[in-house]
Amino acid sequence: MRTRNLELIVGVFILAGLLALAVLAVRVSGLTATSTGSTYSVHAYFDNVAGLTPRAKVTMSGVTIGQVTAISFDKNRYSARVDLAIDSNVDTLPADSTASILTAGLLGEKYVGISVGGDDDLLVDGSELYDTQSALVLEELIGRFLLNTVSKDD
Amino acid sequence: MSLVDRVVLLGRAGLDTLAALGRSGLFLVNVLFGRARFGNGWTLLVKQLHAVGVLSLAIIVVSGLFIGMVLALQGYNILVGYGSEQAVGQMVALTLLRELGPVVTALLFAGRAGSALTAEIGLMKATEQLSSMEMIGVDPLKYVIAPRLWAGFISMPLLAMVFCVVGIWGGAMVAVDWLGVYSGSYWSNMQNSVEFSEDVLNGLIKAVVFAFVVTWIAVFQGYDCEPTSEGISRATTRTVVYASLAVLGLDFILTALMF
Repeated sequence: MRTRNLELIVGVFILAGLLALAVLAVRVSGLTATSTGSTYSVHAYFDNVAGLTPRAKVTMSGVTIGQVTAISFDKNRYSARVDLAIDSNVDTLPADSTASILTAGLLGEKYVGISVGGDDDLLVDGSELYDTQSALVLEELIGRFLLNTVSKDD
Repeated sequence: MSLVDRVVLLGRAGLDTLAALGRSGLFLVNVLFGRARFGNGWTLLVKQLHAVGVLSLAIIVVSGLFIGMVLALQGYNILVGYGSEQAVGQMVALTLLRELGPVVTALLFAGRAGSALTAEIGLMKATEQLSSMEMIGVDPLKYVIAPRLWAGFISMPLLAMVFCVVGIWGGAMVAVDWLGVYSGSYWSNMQNSVEFSEDVLNGLIKAVVFAFVVTWIAVFQGYDCEPTSEGISRATTRTVVYASLAVLGLDFILTALMF
């Protein structure tokens, strides 16, 4: 009977360890099944994606509606092509919606924000977001600011 | 003592070290690949899992809790100066998963379980229990050493996972409940920055490697010790010192390879 108790205690211990791994997987690393629900893909061209990474969020009004699946350089257009996977639930986006690359907080990660347009046509699988706004690059901003100050002085 | 004698001594010490290394390697191979006979083996393993793993749980949980709490407190005090105290969750989680979880667990494990293994096996050797087993045709490697080795391999990674979870929970307690970080940003920043394969699995791999090294050193030092009371005490000291150094050195190498 004593061995039986020992076995039970050890069983609980091993279960606790495995449970801890599961907690780390789900609660801490936010691991979810890769294809949760179906998505449709659209793409957009940006002049500058500075710091955007695959699997970054795609949000609308601050709510995540999809993710970035791939980023590549289009050598014919000299710009970056970003592929987005958007939840099939969100199937009422006008074709002239704007995609912009935004930053979460001062030091946060980059994500794609979509703001709604006014077109009657809707985005479907494979269509392109024409209206895009590139990532803000801090050095360019500072450069422009300095240029403005200089020209004001003249 | 002439110069030649010194050189001879140095050479002998070097050869002794090399021989010990070789012995420990052969020992490991014999234990791991010796003919496995199940039946009685499981009971022995369960008993050792209890001694090595379950009884170490208390110290692991308490240290994990306090280390997580301290990390959150220190991180908060630094991050609040930049107005980014929401990042405290990701700092606590990454520190624990990548470094402190496996390393501190291994160090505690060497002190708590490793020293006990060495002393136990050393005393068995000193009181000639191991030789008597051989005399009656029972392989001590199989019945004494192997269950302890496997118990160490199995329980230390589990302990490391428990350590990480308790630490992250302790960090949440300090940061969210006491210091007033918004709990949504504590968890969501953590989930955004922690990758399962990059951080959790690499931490687990580290824990497995450390478990292997620490248990191997502990069991071998016990088996190889001089069968006197002084020899046992030296072997126990060596276990803790060698295991700690091996863990810290390996941690650097593994970190360089992984991240």
